[in-house]
Amino acid sequence: MSDAKVMLSCRNVSVRYWVGDFKNIGLKEWVTRRLTGKYNVVDFWADKDVSFEICKGDMLGIIGTNGAGKSTLLKAVSGIMEPTRGRIVRNGRVSALLELASGFDGDLTVKENAYLRGAMLGYTRAFMDETYPYIIDFSELKEFENRPFKQLSSGMKSRLAFAIASLVEPEILILDEVLSVGDGAFKAKSEAKMREIIKGGAATILVSHSLLQIRALCNKILWLDKGRQIAFTDDVAGVCDCYEEFLKNPQQGPVYDPVAAKARIDARAAAKARREAEARQMKIDAEKLRKVRELLRRSEGGKRR
Amino acid sequence: MFSKLKRHQFLFEELVKRDFKKKYKRTMLGMGWSMLSPLLMLLVMKVVFEQFFGRTVNHYTTYLFCGLLTFQWFSESTNGGMRSLFGNAGIFTKVNVPKYLFLFSTNIQVLLNFALTLLVFFVFCAIDHVPFTWRFLCLVYPIATLLLFNVGIGMVLSALFVFFRDIDYLWSVALQLVMYGSAIFYTVDNFSPKVQLVFSLNPIYRHISYIREIVLAGTIPSLATHLTLLGFAVVALLAGAYMYKHYNTKFLYYV
Repeated sequence: MSDAKVMLSCRNVSVRYWVGDFKNIGLKEWVTRRLTGKYNVVDFWADKDVSFEICKGDMLGIIGTNGAGKSTLLKAVSGIMEPTRGRIVRNGRVSALLELASGFDGDLTVKENAYLRGAMLGYTRAFMDETYPYIIDFSELKEFENRPFKQLSSGMKSRLAFAIASLVEPEILILDEVLSVGDGAFKAKSEAKMREIIKGGAATILVSHSLLQIRALCNKILWLDKGRQIAFTDDVAGVCDCYEEFLKNPQQGPVYDPVAAKARIDARAAAKARREAEARQMKIDAEKLRKVRELLRRSEGGKRR
Repeated sequence: MFSKLKRHQFLFEELVKRDFKKKYKRTMLGMGWSMLSPLLMLLVMKVVFEQFFGRTVNHYTTYLFCGLLTFQWFSESTNGGMRSLFGNAGIFTKVNVPKYLFLFSTNIQVLLNFALTLLVFFVFCAIDHVPFTWRFLCLVYPIATLLLFNVGIGMVLSALFVFFRDIDYLWSVALQLVMYGSAIFYTVDNFSPKVQLVFSLNPIYRHISYIREIVLAGTIPSLATHLTLLGFAVVALLAGAYMYKHYNTKFLYYV
């Protein structure tokens, strides 16, 4: 693990937002507030001192409650935002699949939108020409090809978005809750596709509220709470446990205690082992009982004869 | 910057295409409007002002058209440019692309419109019996500098527009001022030298008078004029580049 190539490293990354009077106030308000000294802008740190590192083949899960700074961190990692402090080093092409269904143009047709989105994701024209039939096929939108985009249902829109986005061959893949979209059949299809990409992708970051998904897929985990980094470790199960604990009793505060987590996991493993042993014992006992009965029956039969 | 532009070439082309399609969507005449609307404007101005100024100016229609052509390009380009950044917030908040692409694509679309109008202009020159000379080739120069000037002003405006939507209204007033201050339908000959000096500080007026000198007088303007036009473009571009560089990471907070 240690000799694997580091694909992405974030060191003490902090991102600051402003909150307060600066937005949507117009020129007049801005001038008057500046003059009267009522111009009030407060710093808000969406992320504070977040550090992590992922290598080739890693899958990092980011967990945290709403407003923990997950999406902001992803924006910083993908280069849309500059971190206010700290350093982000990327050693490869980053593909960020954030908020897939937005950013389309309602007036353009499905085909035009597909090309525009492909261009946004950094594909080439030749690549789009080649894969366009596949995209339309995958998203099952053949008959809507030349319709204006605004006439599509929201499910269809996200299907198209997913089909285009799923063609990425990134070295660093960033996923914000986009593992699957659509209705039943399409959901299964898209999830399978996503797993394929993750397997092919070198390093993946996944933000998800589904701990089940995180536990199943990730080998590293980052826990954020109100911008602060609670834990970054490869003890995925341990952190997930602590996080679940925290969700149940928020007043105790977000704490990751590796020893306690280890103990809890060990205890659970021991309990499981005990249960299994018991079950095995019961099976053996039942078997013995059956044999004894068999013997008894035979001996009774012998007496009769 | 150029390597970046090359990398985003496909996106750029798609943006230009989109701007075109959106512009002519649901208009019956489509591209025809790019030629027709300046002509209608020309007609109005000719009818209104010919009585006052037509008698003293030779080829008054062409004189008027020179001014109108240039001003309308400036007006369309800066108005479109102003909205280009804010209007594409949905894109640059999700993908990491150079933000000037949107402004450039708007300007390409407007430039092509201008080219169409220019063709009509040449037809009018022919009808008005303006002698065509090889000096017409010099028209490339003011077109190039005005394009750069437009881009620079567009950059400043589009950055400001993200912060203050009031810029929209302020700019429409400013455009009115530029229009009346650019001697589109009158001549500056009757003004005092002091006032003429003020005129010479107006970039749009300077571009218009360059074009008039080539088309109507058939002479090439002085080197100083060339340098002045270039100066305007450079200053505007520097101001625009400063805005984009300085606020590049801040736009995100305002959309």
